[in-house]
Amino acid sequence: MAVKTYDAGVKEYRDMYWTPDYVPLDTDLLACFKCTGQPGVPREEVAAAVAAESSTGTWSTVWSELLTDLEYYKGRAYRIEDVPGDKESFYAFIAYPIDLFEEGSVVNVLTSLVGNVFGFKALRHLRLEDVRFPIAYIKTCGGPPAGIQLERDRLNKYGRPLLGATIKPKLGLSAKNYGRAVYECLRGGLDMTKDDENVNSQPFMRWRDRFEFVGEAIQKAQQETGERKGHYLNVTAPDPEQMYERAEFAKEVGSPIIMHDFLTGGFTANTGLAKWCRKNGMLLHIHRAMHAVIDRHPKHGIHFRVLAKCLRLSGGDHLHTGTVVGKLEGDRQSTLGFVDQLRESFVPEDRSRGVFFDQDWGSLPGVFAVASGGIHVWHMPALVTIFGDDSMLQFGGGTQGHPWGNAAGAAANRVALEASVKARNQGREIEKEARDILTEAAKHSPELAIAMETWKEIKFEFDTVDKLDVG
Amino acid sequence: MQKTQMGDFQTAQTLETFGFLPKLTQDEVYDQIAYLIAQGWTPAIEHEHPSRSFDHYWTMWKLPFFGEQDLESVAAELDACHRAYPDHHVRLTGYDNYTQSQGVAFVVYEGRT
Repeated sequence: MAVKTYDAGVKEYRDMYWTPDYVPLDTDLLACFKCTGQPGVPREEVAAAVAAESSTGTWSTVWSELLTDLEYYKGRAYRIEDVPGDKESFYAFIAYPIDLFEEGSVVNVLTSLVGNVFGFKALRHLRLEDVRFPIAYIKTCGGPPAGIQLERDRLNKYGRPLLGATIKPKLGLSAKNYGRAVYECLRGGLDMTKDDENVNSQPFMRWRDRFEFVGEAIQKAQQETGERKGHYLNVTAPDPEQMYERAEFAKEVGSPIIMHDFLTGGFTANTGLAKWCRKNGMLLHIHRAMHAVIDRHPKHGIHFRVLAKCLRLSGGDHLHTGTVVGKLEGDRQSTLGFVDQLRESFVPEDRSRGVFFDQDWGSLPGVFAVASGGIHVWHMPALVTIFGDDSMLQFGGGTQGHPWGNAAGAAANRVALEASVKARNQGREIEKEARDILTEAAKHSPELAIAMETWKEIKFEFDTVDKLDVG
Repeated sequence: MQKTQMGDFQTAQTLETFGFLPKLTQDEVYDQIAYLIAQGWTPAIEHEHPSRSFDHYWTMWKLPFFGEQDLESVAAELDACHRAYPDHHVRLTGYDNYTQSQGVAFVVYEGRT
């Protein structure tokens, strides 16, 4: 074995961290970064710098390195690829040994992978495109409290997407009026309703009052319809103690589900809340406020597929994924790529969907994909085609903006949903035949006929900012 | 909208999937059975009195029909269950052993009340 001696000073990163001959281990955590270096810096040096700064390295050699075996702990840049259609950027693939990370902690993984390295001066931009979590690491994470299968069983909803709505106006209603809006939606045929993400506990409606009225709304709608209902009571709070206090009370008022914002609330809070839900038999709906700040720029930040993977590990039973067709950003192939990551037990590499690695999820439960934002009855056949049964389709304005009110709006959406599912099962191409299917269904549903008339002109046709990289 | 044009939406007792559509015709039920079988799921029949329809467990009609490929045979069993329990709801489910869940479940006959 070669004898190591201490040689003070600054070394080139690539001497130690660029290892093109390395064959990644099954236990390695793999990452793909899209790198845009400063002009003149060689790709290998940039890739090696990213590997170093996101693992064991620092800018200068230090004597205490010789007290450990950095060859065992270091991250390794093992491959570089061109970005299709982009000359200034490239993909760097980096392998990290599993022992760099605390078990069951996406917090720790992210602190390393997207920590200081993102401010590194030799880089102009850096984006974490994808991460392959080794199955050995996945088995240390709690994951979704219930998962798709258990949620269906608890709520008795099979063979179709679930239907929901965010209560509007998002801010300003009193607790009793808010509960009224919930009750109307649920009695009309929605499975669940949702607190808006910024509804926490404001002066116009404190959380305890909202929970009490909503609890009554759920119970009454269940009794009257004979179907199981819920409302995602948002327990996102200023501190963990208040978050748990709200969660306990949500359980007490009989809601089957609570809600959390995993990015603004943070992964530590989210993982703790997911564990609480597992222990207390509650479902957990996850909203993603702040994601576009992190994921929308095509060259900098973290792609949402990574945030979605992290959420599945941290824990949540529903996650917002965009709608593809509605008012918010979302490329179809890319969206399908991370929807797979939420729901499947194995996802193969597929560059046409932006999936850079095979990903084995082992026994981790699946997460419902939530499509929400600017969607209405005309979108229903497309949504059923894009998202399939294991999804939660949420029509906020598209329910409560109905000229007859929430209950009729809910019924219109439920009729459109069931007509789409029925036609799909009959082998019809429902996206192409959308108009016929909906028109047929509206013959026996005046609520749907009016909804179709109300929203016939509304489209959101803007080009996507963050596209997949193609030549 | 004028209030005279505005409809009154009455809450209805519904039975989950397809509960908001008109009663399926015989042909439409056949289509759904064909879909279920084509997915590789196992058809099964359950029935329950409407007063207990909120319960998770309904009474099974015989055992799930493992390996059944014949639409007519499933439709005949649905009919037989309905004739034996005319005042019960009769539900068709498709057991999916991969997801360990039900791929479909919908009420074919509503019990007379």
